[in-house]
Amino acid sequence: MTVSTANTARLPADLVVAPQLPDLLPSVKVRRGVLGFLRNHPTVAIGCTLLLCLILVGIFAPYLGTVDPTALAPAKRTRAPSADFWFGTDALGRDIYSRVLYGARVSLTVGLSVALCASLAGLAIGLVSGFVRWADGIVMRFMDGLMSIPPILLAVALMALTRGSVGNVILAITVAEIPRVSRLVRGVVLSLREQPYVDAAVASGTRTPMIILRHILPNTVAPMLVQATYICASAMIVESILSFIGAGTPPTIPSWGNIMAEGRALWQVKPFIVFFPAAFLSVTVLAVNLLGDGLRDALDPRMAKGL
Amino acid sequence: MSALLQVNDLKKHFPVRGGLFSRTTNWVYAVDGVSFEVERGETLSLVGESGCGKSTVGRAILRLFDITAGQVVLDGQRIDDLSPGALRSMRRRVQVVFQDPFSSLNPRMRVRDILAEPIRNFGLAKSSAELEARVAALMDTVRLPHDALNRRPHEFSGGQRQRIGIARALAAEPELIVCDEAVSALDVSVKAQIINLLQDLQQEFGLALLFISHDLAIVEHMTRRVAVMYLGKIVEMAPRRQIFTAPKHPYTKALLSAVPLPEPGADRNPIILKGDVPSPINPPSGCRFHTRCPFVFARCRTEEPMLRSAGDGEWVACHLESLPEVPGPLGDPRVRRN
Amino acid sequence: MALLDVQNLQTHFRTPEGVNRAVDGVSFHVDEGETLAIVGESGCGKSVTSMSLMRLIPEPPGKIAGSIRFQGKNLLQLSEHEMRAIRGNDISMIFQEPMTSLNPVLTVGRQIGETLRMHQGLDKQAALARAVEMLALVGIPEPARRVREYPHQLSGGMRQRVMIAIALACNPKLLIADEPTTALDVTIQAQILQLMLDLKRRVGAAIVLITHDLGVVAEIAERVMVMYAGRKVEEAPVAELFRSPRHPYTQGLLGALPRLGSSLTGAARRLAEIPGQVPSLKQRIEGCVFVGRCPIATDLCREFAPGLEEKTPRHFTACHYASKGAAAA
Repeated sequence: MTVSTANTARLPADLVVAPQLPDLLPSVKVRRGVLGFLRNHPTVAIGCTLLLCLILVGIFAPYLGTVDPTALAPAKRTRAPSADFWFGTDALGRDIYSRVLYGARVSLTVGLSVALCASLAGLAIGLVSGFVRWADGIVMRFMDGLMSIPPILLAVALMALTRGSVGNVILAITVAEIPRVSRLVRGVVLSLREQPYVDAAVASGTRTPMIILRHILPNTVAPMLVQATYICASAMIVESILSFIGAGTPPTIPSWGNIMAEGRALWQVKPFIVFFPAAFLSVTVLAVNLLGDGLRDALDPRMAKGL
Repeated sequence: MSALLQVNDLKKHFPVRGGLFSRTTNWVYAVDGVSFEVERGETLSLVGESGCGKSTVGRAILRLFDITAGQVVLDGQRIDDLSPGALRSMRRRVQVVFQDPFSSLNPRMRVRDILAEPIRNFGLAKSSAELEARVAALMDTVRLPHDALNRRPHEFSGGQRQRIGIARALAAEPELIVCDEAVSALDVSVKAQIINLLQDLQQEFGLALLFISHDLAIVEHMTRRVAVMYLGKIVEMAPRRQIFTAPKHPYTKALLSAVPLPEPGADRNPIILKGDVPSPINPPSGCRFHTRCPFVFARCRTEEPMLRSAGDGEWVACHLESLPEVPGPLGDPRVRRN
Repeated sequence: MALLDVQNLQTHFRTPEGVNRAVDGVSFHVDEGETLAIVGESGCGKSVTSMSLMRLIPEPPGKIAGSIRFQGKNLLQLSEHEMRAIRGNDISMIFQEPMTSLNPVLTVGRQIGETLRMHQGLDKQAALARAVEMLALVGIPEPARRVREYPHQLSGGMRQRVMIAIALACNPKLLIADEPTTALDVTIQAQILQLMLDLKRRVGAAIVLITHDLGVVAEIAERVMVMYAGRKVEEAPVAELFRSPRHPYTQGLLGALPRLGSSLTGAARRLAEIPGQVPSLKQRIEGCVFVGRCPIATDLCREFAPGLEEKTPRHFTACHYASKGAAAA
């Protein structure tokens, strides 16, 4: 009934107007584009920022006040963190700060490579399994068999068969991760195949390769991306474990696992040797997992509209 | 001239898999011997409740899977046994509009690409300019603005998406469109828009429609002939007027009388069927409706009634019909509408 | 005094795309033993209204304002604890999807008994006995055997009967049924509607029926309220509403409905259409919500939202141009 007097003059006298009710919530600023997406999904933003920082650290390790990470200095063994040696030195007098920064290269290389390779291989196997009826049973039982072996054990066994190198570490962890990815892809493919838009594409004469390329693959990207982050995190941990038990990256290459393995004997007296690589590993894995969780929520099919 | 589509004794049994290597442990008799014809430019409706096999029939005609037995004949040519290559040219002639306007469009494709896909597949456009012109014309046909072409499905409402789905079906220049519950998911006011659009298009392009629906009021509005399905079989098939004014099969009668009418105080006397639809894994012996039929007698339990002519293009599968002079047991359910 | 009296109910949600004013100023009442139907199309706010009555709206992202007086008490001012004593006891609810509303790992008897033990303090034996009684009441054959079964062993129609049994177990004064038959086949729907009509006579609870199906409304409602875009546009006794709808939206809705029997009466070959789309609720609508699709809208409608007006006794319409007195076409 709050009709302003200026207007009432030309209104019918008996006009019934609904009561004006206030808005209950403050208006929401609609955010668009990549920045808006990051603002709406802070976990993704935090994960992304952390991970980006670590990648930059890995790339620019030589320019961040580091010295040769393999240079021995027996005179300066096991120094505590100080202005000269920010993270201290290890049992052979090597600068831990430099070693940890260079170690980021190994961990990130392994993590990202495994995520990429395992995703691609899993995608291929999952697609075959989801599309070729007769192959499905055989492939999936083989994958079940692989999955029954703990991934670390499998990686250790594979490493035992080969020479220790970063490439072989990546290969071993990838093999151990493939079954999980292919299971996921197979599940996604099977459910996508049931989608009416795939049926409609079949009815409108689209050939199977095009169906896969145009209708199936693009819709597997979201779940794959989320899975890839988890693989990346798990691969970095497995790499450290392999290095720690001496079955991974050769000791000449500084990796977080190697640094921790070498500091193990001095853990009680010189904890900082183990602490810094462990902290970096935790932060990296946390960043990747945050990214993964955030992406999972953001790419939820009900919310996936904007992407 | 022969019918556009002929379906002869169509059967589709789905395996139920279980065990270590997915052995077949049982069969779902989804469609179990269905025959009908669709003439050029006419609408035939398939009605029935969930699980009666009406959608399976539609998908079998689209050859989305191989059928178990029977024949699907399109314009005099069998399409059920064609190789995938030979089938492709036939696919153009039968298109589909699905129920769910949200899952029937690929969320990652632009409307332009969705509409261009069938045109490219069937080589209907000689040049990219012609393709563009065709896509634009399709948008006019379904009354959507041209600037919608560059958007993705999620930017549209349910009704608009269904228009895009119809445009995609029309893109292939089909002779028959299978409408699988094409308007069931829409709101009343939008539903009316889409029904009118479908009727206009049918007029304009001389399309035949196979209209699969559970909504009897819409079926009555849309169709020329109706086939009523129950547990994988057609129990009654007749021109619209007979079905809706003088149904013969007890199931059709019950189905019609169960629809709540938007007329308060209407003198309704619904036939309430007992129990639920039995599972199509172990369908009842004899007449499949005998477990719920109010008029069941001994013969129904053992002998399956055949679909036989009752004159005037009407077909009924009920033993009651073969008895001499059956008085309408509950009378005509439409009579109550004074 | 009315059993339930809702005044200026507003339920808004915060979404990344803006504030969704799902329900924006809805008032209605329900008398004891009466059946009120709330009808409207998807997104009109009818389900959000029912959830708000039960205070089942998570806050945030939602926010409810106005008043919901049940037997004189404002439900919006009760604590969550006090509200829990009302839910399932004085006010209970039936949902659309009977499979997801039942707990798959508990027997039917346990689920009916649970509410009885919680609200009425019955012991295990008594609760089970009452569960058997309730199953018999909702027409489930062999109730003594069925109480020990799990939801997956029941068919869709049976599950909806169980839902009704749970809802009625504590003799509620108000039953909110949100699309109770939408997921069911027409012959099963007929069974459930028959059951609801039968129970209405025997149990005497007031019912708020939320539905989009005008046929179901005609079947069991006494009074109907039509919602559009979060607001109430019309309310009338059921026969009156179907005979002489006054709001252009209700008129359009009834005109757009294909009718059974059209082949007999030779009715028009074309359905009436309501052109256009439902407006976005993410923007504030100053005037009438139906203005964009209304055939008789003027500048007046764009500027001032019409209030509900009693055009004929008990028939309220929110439209500046709905004639008073004698019914419009």
